[in-house]
Amino acid sequence: MQNNLIVSPTALTFAIILVAVALAINFKEHIGLEKDVLVGVIRAVIQLTVVGYVLTYIIKVDRVWLTLLMVAIIMLNAAWNARGRANGIPHAFVISLAAIATATILTLLLLVGAHAIAFVPSQVVPITGMIASNVMVATGLCYRSLNTSFHDQRQAVLERLALGADLKQASIVIVRTAIRTGMAPTVDSAKTVGLVSLPGMMSGLIFAGVDPTKAIMYQIMVTFMLLGATSLGSVIACYAAYPQFYNHDLQLR
Amino acid sequence: MTPIFELKQVGYKVDDQQILQQIDLTIQPGEFVTLAGPSGSGKSTLLRVLATLLTPTSGELWYNGQAQASYDKITYRREVSYCFQQPSLFGETVRDNLAFPFDIRKQAFDDTKATEALESVDLTASMLTKAITSLSGGEKQRVALIRNLLFPPKVLLLDEITTGLDGTTKAIVHRLINTMNQRGITVISVTHDEGEIAAASRLLQVVAGRLEVSADAK
Repeated sequence: MQNNLIVSPTALTFAIILVAVALAINFKEHIGLEKDVLVGVIRAVIQLTVVGYVLTYIIKVDRVWLTLLMVAIIMLNAAWNARGRANGIPHAFVISLAAIATATILTLLLLVGAHAIAFVPSQVVPITGMIASNVMVATGLCYRSLNTSFHDQRQAVLERLALGADLKQASIVIVRTAIRTGMAPTVDSAKTVGLVSLPGMMSGLIFAGVDPTKAIMYQIMVTFMLLGATSLGSVIACYAAYPQFYNHDLQLR
Repeated sequence: MTPIFELKQVGYKVDDQQILQQIDLTIQPGEFVTLAGPSGSGKSTLLRVLATLLTPTSGELWYNGQAQASYDKITYRREVSYCFQQPSLFGETVRDNLAFPFDIRKQAFDDTKATEALESVDLTASMLTKAITSLSGGEKQRVALIRNLLFPPKVLLLDEITTGLDGTTKAIVHRLINTMNQRGITVISVTHDEGEIAAASRLLQVVAGRLEVSADAK
């Protein structure tokens, strides 16, 4: 089983050819992402190497506090990244952290409580990463949708306010659209899972030699988990973010 | 009688740009006030300040004997209703728009009331199911106007609502506004329309952010 998993440094070096392909396309088509591709590659190598060693250590020592610390670091990082997509929405870091932490912790508690996973670092840390990253993407999409809609539908929002609507009544159409946008990738991937993509966790288990019929059980769990987490995260992020578009006098900023 | 509006040295500025300055104005309940003046003079800004869609940056603004700032904004806006020059309609049908005032008051939609409102601007009940995308400019403006009037406000603020309308539709809109004014609703109307200016019972000119002339036109 282990033989299937060996990626030698030589093999990785050859994989750099694929990066060269991406760079060549960038140059040829004048896309202008060369710098981002290079930064992305260098960051991926450094971050993954560090995480590899950190995870090895955490799994080896198997301490609850260390596992929880890792969970906290993942959530803080995810919130920081989501904040970057808020494009000026006030308190975006706190809102993102509330959305990501609530969705991640609740989902983790449910999974551990239902004995779907054990509270061991080798299971809790990767699952946390999976949940937090999906909620991070969902939150970022929610922010983008809120920003676009409040800009494009400014007049309609003003009219609702002028008619005596409260902030929720003036914004609910925009909030619903943003929640839908945040959840869309997860819902779409749930619809096509297995048909279009063999997702990361399932692929990893199959790579590791686990019977595909067993691997799907985990994937089904992951699909349910991500649906719940992104819904919860999107709802929290949108409901906490939309009032930030107004001032104390219930006027659009 | 307590004035419905009392403005003392009201000003509004954005960054360094003074849009309204030193506006002193008293309006009595039931008055019909027409605001005229060149484009960009601050008429619409004044109207938006009265509607609490903008907050004055200087001066005092009293509504019904009480500082405007002390009012609950939602209650205030239901009493002082602002109509936009180019209204945007909500949802998909005319009904969605007429249902909105009921929804925000958590009341069930009243078909009879909606039909009466439509008829007051020469539209019929069959309009309720009509898609907003299929309405003409005049129909849109009339639907938007009755959306403001389904729960009659104390003050109606009109921001050039007849601009671009044909003569017949203008007459229908004027008829409804006059009826509302006769029922005691205070009307403050911004306009460029020469006919409306000529017919004004109290005409105020806004020039470069100031109230230049105050005269009783009729």
